[in-house]
Amino acid sequence: MADVTLTVDGKKLSTPAGTLLIEACRSHGIEVPAFCYYPGLSLQAACRMCVVRIEKMPKLQTACTTTVAEGMIVATESPEIAQARKATIEMLLGNHPLDCPVCDAGGECELQDMTFKYGAHESKFVEIKQHRDEQQWSPVVFFDRPRCILCYRCVRVCGEGMDVWALGVQNRGAGSVIAPNRQDHLDCEECGMCIDICPVGALTSGAYRYKTRPWEMSHVGTVCTHCGDGCKTTLGVRRSNDGMDIVRGDNRDKSGINGDFLCIKGRYAFDFANREDRLTQPLVRKANGQLEPASWDQAMDFAGQRLREIRDSKGGSAIGVIGSNRTTNEEAYLLQKFARTVLATNNIDHHRTADYPAFAAALNGKVEASLRDFAGAKAILLLGNDPTEQHPGLAWQIRTSVRLQGARLYVANHRPIKLRRQATASVEIPEDGYPSLIAFLAGKPAAVAGDQNAAAFREALLKEESLLIVFGSEFRGRDIEALVQFGSTLPNVKFACLGDYANSRGAADMGLHPDLLPGYAPLSASGPFAAAWGAALPAQPGLDLPQMFDAAERGDLAALYVVGANPVARYHANPSILRNTFLVVQDMFLTETARLADVVFPAANLYEKAGTVTNTFGDLQLVKKAADRAGVRPDFELIVRLAAAMRADIKRLVSFGQRGVQADFGQARGAQSGEADRHGVWLSAQHQEPRLSPFEPFAILDEIQRLVPAYNVPRLDLLAGNDQHLRPALVQIANAASRRNLVTPSNDTLFTSGSLGSYSSTLRSVLEARQPVETAAD
Amino acid sequence: MTTLFSPALAARFDKLVTLYPIKRSALVPMLLYAQDEVGYLSDPVIAEIAERVGVTELEVRNVISYYSLLRTKPAGKYHVQVCTNISCMLRGGNEILDHCKKKLGIPNKGTTADGLFSLEEVECIGACSWAPAAQVNYDFHENLTPESIDKVLGEYRAKAEKGAAK
Ligand code: SF4
Ligand code: SF4
Ligand code: SF4
Ligand code: FES
Ligand code: FES
Repeated sequence: MADVTLTVDGKKLSTPAGTLLIEACRSHGIEVPAFCYYPGLSLQAACRMCVVRIEKMPKLQTACTTTVAEGMIVATESPEIAQARKATIEMLLGNHPLDCPVCDAGGECELQDMTFKYGAHESKFVEIKQHRDEQQWSPVVFFDRPRCILCYRCVRVCGEGMDVWALGVQNRGAGSVIAPNRQDHLDCEECGMCIDICPVGALTSGAYRYKTRPWEMSHVGTVCTHCGDGCKTTLGVRRSNDGMDIVRGDNRDKSGINGDFLCIKGRYAFDFANREDRLTQPLVRKANGQLEPASWDQAMDFAGQRLREIRDSKGGSAIGVIGSNRTTNEEAYLLQKFARTVLATNNIDHHRTADYPAFAAALNGKVEASLRDFAGAKAILLLGNDPTEQHPGLAWQIRTSVRLQGARLYVANHRPIKLRRQATASVEIPEDGYPSLIAFLAGKPAAVAGDQNAAAFREALLKEESLLIVFGSEFRGRDIEALVQFGSTLPNVKFACLGDYANSRGAADMGLHPDLLPGYAPLSASGPFAAAWGAALPAQPGLDLPQMFDAAERGDLAALYVVGANPVARYHANPSILRNTFLVVQDMFLTETARLADVVFPAANLYEKAGTVTNTFGDLQLVKKAADRAGVRPDFELIVRLAAAMRADIKRLVSFGQRGVQADFGQARGAQSGEADRHGVWLSAQHQEPRLSPFEPFAILDEIQRLVPAYNVPRLDLLAGNDQHLRPALVQIANAASRRNLVTPSNDTLFTSGSLGSYSSTLRSVLEARQPVETAAD
Repeated sequence: MTTLFSPALAARFDKLVTLYPIKRSALVPMLLYAQDEVGYLSDPVIAEIAERVGVTELEVRNVISYYSLLRTKPAGKYHVQVCTNISCMLRGGNEILDHCKKKLGIPNKGTTADGLFSLEEVECIGACSWAPAAQVNYDFHENLTPESIDKVLGEYRAKAEKGAAK
């Protein structure tokens, strides 16, 4: 739209026609206060904090509902305006309890800030304040009614943003009150958006309320450890007796790909980290058959020595390795490098949640969609999956694009998923009907052809001038190939493949496969890796995960090394299968798998380490160390130590200190969140060697960027905390579409997250609270 | 669909939702008719209406709570609404209200034990020219005095008794 020019506080601004005055001001650095206005939500004009004086208009005008006009002359601060705002605040404070000293929002409350600014600290009101007790509406949401200033942000974000519509306004005028959808409690998605967006402390969370004062926390922006969307979450951490505890998660600064969105998992399900029953010392199985605490040296030496003996006597093919969907790229890469070069085996795999190799092969340089692409999308084709449950961040982004930009959503699914409510067109197909749907869309004779609805669906879809095609794990192997083939006949198409966990994508990209090296390089093309690693690599494809269990059952798997995974529970394996296998497990908890181990190492989680992860859309992001727990170590360090205990050459495994020691020792790394990373940037800028330690994940990132072309993205942007979309890379896997189909979707809901989810008391309490409601309904 | 309403009202509702560009516009009239037939807006009534106009039950409750003439608790057979807004106040509306409280033995928003009368203090009912005024169900009674309101109440009681005797 054409630009209009206006004058605000004597400054000439130029801004597109149709812009709201408040936005025009803000984008030029002029702050106009607002309680009810919130970008992206419908206009409410309820609070009158944003009043400004516009020349030739009779009264003060609300900047949040006025669109800019050519030649407009505006004043945003004047004694008259200050007086009006002060009067507004005085009214709001009329029944406000002023319990700031104990209120969660104290110190970061918009009402406090405005009172401070406009000085409405005296009141003409003499009426007694009406008190109402705080109410608990759900395990997550608490409501303190007298604190509410009736801005209705919560109502709008729940309805418009979440499409849940669980909050309403009852009564009217000054007697209005925010009400939950089940009269005295909430039945909702528990996302906490309403709490986050509340400008005061009226809505508070079970996780955070009365736990801390905001200024007692440090804040670290990192990436959510749960689903594959890779939302940025800013963790509030506070020192405790044995480390750093996480007390809060949010993304108020909108700095990540998720804007200010987080689902319940990103916002509250960090609580597993603070659990009392976390493993904090190594365990070794003693002669009496019991797992007992041991010193680090004892445990490492024992594990290292046994693995070495087994490798030397039975060969690497008798050892298996299972990696994780939630460790960093550096850890996944290091793990497979360790497996291939130190353990001398290709028996390495992980719980596969999407067929990324087939996707990479089908793309073969075609464009993959970043999560950011969904924000500007004109049209989206969603095939399978239920993003509302499995990819809440994506679902939020899709809803937002449909609502604010009129994006058109096409849904094909075998279930009536919630996102159909946003769909321009949708088709319901049988569970095994995806291949024939694609054939039909591609104009080939197919079973759905006679269907009127499908024909209209196809017709509308083919008219789109650009399209994002996003598909769930319903698509594998040849189906992905066919889909990408069809998609490529349409103009301006990008593709996205949905896998389940924070670094499912990274696990696949980094070569946690028995037949593929990092970057999906086939074993036959191992040359560059062998050269870089200075070791001959095993040439034969190794055992995949089910085959490892089969081998164990036959007595052919002498050792198994499991890092951050719980395959015994995931695959319902009979524990007795592993009875003759030397089992080493790294985990946070004594999981079903860890319980069977001979050695267990207490591992740090994703919030307690640095590195990078890749979301399912191929957005690479920096993970920063936020929390800490005495006694635990990152998987990276554990792998390196284990290699050392096996007497491997550590410098080959992690290239560190190659140029000698030239760094500044002044700032010890690791102790404080984020510092290490900033330190690294600073060191590089000073041309000093940032890689002094064998536990330095960025030494491995260097190697990844050298050997996996897709990951060769600008490093400084990444370190600055900006997500970087992977580069399109050519992948040549001869048999990608016909590899064994081992994808096991975890079908998590909003309130589950694999094994990890069962250790979150927030998620558990929500599930428990929901059960009675559900049984009562049938 | 199974309905809580009489066949005539159900049919009326079926038609009502077709009269507006969007279904939810039928909400307020539907609530009023339902209240007249059922006496108040019970939970099942709310659920059915929410479904009929395609909004959440919460939304229906929001609207009900906005309008003081819509109620979610049973009222008496005769719902006595006494105006105490400015014209009526100046001409003795408060005395009429107090008198009713005493006479019926119930507070504002109360219902008599026999369920015959309920009492409510209301804002202007548009009868200022004949203040003080009161409204019983849909009938207006104007230029009230304590004596005349007694008579009005007596008439309703007699009507009820006659109805019961029949
Ligand atoms: S937690 Fe989320 S879904 Fe629940 S009421 Fe708040 S905004 Fe709505
Ligand atoms: S609860 Fe908070 S967000 Fe909701 S209306 Fe009140 S002040 Fe606004
Ligand atoms: S949508 Fe996924 S990545 Fe985002 S907060 Fe939820 S679980 Fe975490
Ligand atoms: S921000 Fe403009 S009226 Fe509330
Ligand atoms: S003031 Fe009582 S009817 Fe208007």
